[in-house]
Amino acid sequence: MEQFLLDLKQEQFNGSYDLAYKTINHLRKLISQTRWTHAQELMNTIKKEGKRMITAQPSEYVVGNMVRRVLKIIREEYVRLLGESEESANKESLHKMLTAEGNERDDHTKPLKELKTTVIEAVNEYIDEMEASIHNISAQAIEHIHSNEVILTLGKSRTVEAFLKQAAKKRKFHVIVVEGSPLYHGHELAKSLASKGIETTVITDTAIFAIMSRVNKVIIGTHSVLANGGLKAVNGAHMVALAASHHAVPLIVLGAMFKLCLLHYSDIGGSEATFNRLASPQEVLDYYDGGTEELVNVQIYSPTFDYVPPELVTLFISNIGGNAPSYMYRLLSELYHPDDHVL
Amino acid sequence: MATPATAPVNMNNGDAESLTSEQKKQLKKERRKEKNAQKEKHNIPSKPEGQEPKIEKSKAELRAERRAKQEADRAAKASKKSDQVAANTKQKGPRVPANIQADDPKVQKKAAKKLEKQQVPQRTEGQKKVALFSHLHQYERSLSITKNIGFGKNAIHPAIIRLGLQYAEGTVTGSNARCAALMSAICKLISDYETPPQKELSRHLESKLKPAISFLDQCRPLSVSMGSAIKYIKLQITNIPTGMSDSEAKLRLVKSLKEFVHVNIVLAGEAISGYACTKITDGDVVMVFGSSSLITKVLCDAHNAGIQFSVIVVDGRPKLSGRGTLRKLCRVGIKCSYVLVSAASYIMPEVTKVFLGAHGLLSNGYVMGSVGTSMVAMAAKIRGVPVIVCCEAYKFCERVQTDSFVNNEIGDPRDLLVQNKSELTSPLLTNTAWEETDSLKVLHLTYDVTPPDFVAMVVTELGKIPCTSVPVVLRVRSLET
Repeated sequence: MEQFLLDLKQEQFNGSYDLAYKTINHLRKLISQTRWTHAQELMNTIKKEGKRMITAQPSEYVVGNMVRRVLKIIREEYVRLLGESEESANKESLHKMLTAEGNERDDHTKPLKELKTTVIEAVNEYIDEMEASIHNISAQAIEHIHSNEVILTLGKSRTVEAFLKQAAKKRKFHVIVVEGSPLYHGHELAKSLASKGIETTVITDTAIFAIMSRVNKVIIGTHSVLANGGLKAVNGAHMVALAASHHAVPLIVLGAMFKLCLLHYSDIGGSEATFNRLASPQEVLDYYDGGTEELVNVQIYSPTFDYVPPELVTLFISNIGGNAPSYMYRLLSELYHPDDHVL
Repeated sequence: MATPATAPVNMNNGDAESLTSEQKKQLKKERRKEKNAQKEKHNIPSKPEGQEPKIEKSKAELRAERRAKQEADRAAKASKKSDQVAANTKQKGPRVPANIQADDPKVQKKAAKKLEKQQVPQRTEGQKKVALFSHLHQYERSLSITKNIGFGKNAIHPAIIRLGLQYAEGTVTGSNARCAALMSAICKLISDYETPPQKELSRHLESKLKPAISFLDQCRPLSVSMGSAIKYIKLQITNIPTGMSDSEAKLRLVKSLKEFVHVNIVLAGEAISGYACTKITDGDVVMVFGSSSLITKVLCDAHNAGIQFSVIVVDGRPKLSGRGTLRKLCRVGIKCSYVLVSAASYIMPEVTKVFLGAHGLLSNGYVMGSVGTSMVAMAAKIRGVPVIVCCEAYKFCERVQTDSFVNNEIGDPRDLLVQNKSELTSPLLTNTAWEETDSLKVLHLTYDVTPPDFVAMVVTELGKIPCTSVPVVLRVRSLET
């Protein structure tokens, strides 16, 4: 656990899928190994652990998503074991609210013997769903890419890579990969795609607007999806989205459901900043060039993420299918319980 | 029977020039057949007594018919000729230059022949061209240009060779610098030039200039500023008064070229700086992109005038020319920040004005600048930040273009790659990886065009004008010269 927190603080993880997987495994261990008597006690333990993990790295929303998902799973299993269907429970609560009988609300304190096994089973099911998410998304690839298209993508996203490789099995198309400064992961993606025989061209960030008039679709991955349908994507994605909207090119975002978060965009900076984190300026202007006396007072910015507003996104493709950005808020109610919004 | 047979022969003599003998024979045969057919018609119904006059009449009618037919044919031929002439004159419209037709083998063959005649070595094309840009040349720096340069009588002047190498290696960059360097090299060429006996300076000098320009074009495609300068040089050469001695003419030419640089670059820069500084106020955060000698000058002058502002320099790979701007501004004492172009929209909420330099301004109002200029202008327009382009008037050109594909310069793709992964952490592709994988291509663009609706104002030495007034300025300048 301590090692996990340390990794979070030092940003030692390999992308959001990796982090989500580690978090949920950690939570599963917590459920099976700690002693608890009823659901409320379990939820409190998880909330406490979750708070610790989130404060270690507030800009990684996936951790919070996993914690809230597990809490929702626990609530669901509890309600199921008590023999009430979900729908009737909701109806009852509305009726209860209207008739001001709040005292009878279930506070999850009935001890149930099978709760532990069912919760762990449900969490395992969720982990399987997460592992299969990339496969489910790329299975939809053939519906969205036709022959002789020119597709633009940015940086390196595992989901986009699998998506394009799956489509390349049946269709012939061109891919233009934007380098993605300052980390230049686009080169890795281009090499990987070209090795599968897909016609790939690498361009610099500066040429995005110039090339966009010839592009048919832009397909990018994202770090997280915000509650309003906006994106928290890799640095440079906003410029791509702006260029695409100017040339009326559709922007398709690929992301599994575990990336969907409850939070909205906030550009509060300083110590309370949770949206963005500034990476080392070494990637932008290295010390050899920037450490000279005349440049020592220069401010160098290297943001990690970009906010892309929902108006610029045309379509979301997730493991449960395609959705418009305006619909994403509805999916939140299926994933997380309103009582868990604030941990 | 004999007269009708001979009659067509006489008729034919009238337009014997236009018909060959074979055609005449064929026509004769056809008419004889016609004749016989008509005679048959007349012979069958009529009586033998009335045959002669009827045949006579039909003969006259036939002759008249034939004459009418020949007149009609002549008229048709004349109109066809005039149509062809009209078509030929129509074809002489604006000529499409050969350097954007690299995929047309006929055009390339012609260009190669021309270079051979001028004794200029032709550069070998690079490998693995991007299909979208197959109409443009792609050269690589590693393949030498000067290996095949001769030292004969009609060799290119060494100052020009030096200049060409400086262009190709990237030692001299920036439209103003390239133009000034070109003018000084041409001045040297003119000073060293000796008119051969029995030749006129104005004619022969131009023919000496052509191979030099072709060589420079092979080293690096001519910029808009250089094109403008070359037009000016050619005009000056043709305007030399006929009585002038050679030494006098050469001095006059050199003086006018130096004046061109002084008026159009130095003095224009001063005027533009004066106008642009009125647009910078205290507390401004100015964003600039890449390197532009004019913009750097404007900002330094504004700082020296005592205006308190800070600058954000946006930069892009692979040239990373913004670092040069950053150094120059920091030396003067301006407070600076530095970002890459992917973070331009992140930092844009802080920015109050954007100043951009231009490589050239096109006649339809589009701004041609180094690649990445359009990205910054787009990010600024979305947030309502005004974009001000500073450009000297000699960089305005009559070309029109709506996208960055039809006319551009493709740089060396190896600039985007690393030589070998000596530092294991470098994420960039290596040269070998690029060469080995067939489906992998790398595109290194040099210029892009920004639409005029992104630009609020263009500052030139003639004043502050909107982007769409470029053809007005061009017309005014062409009337002046």
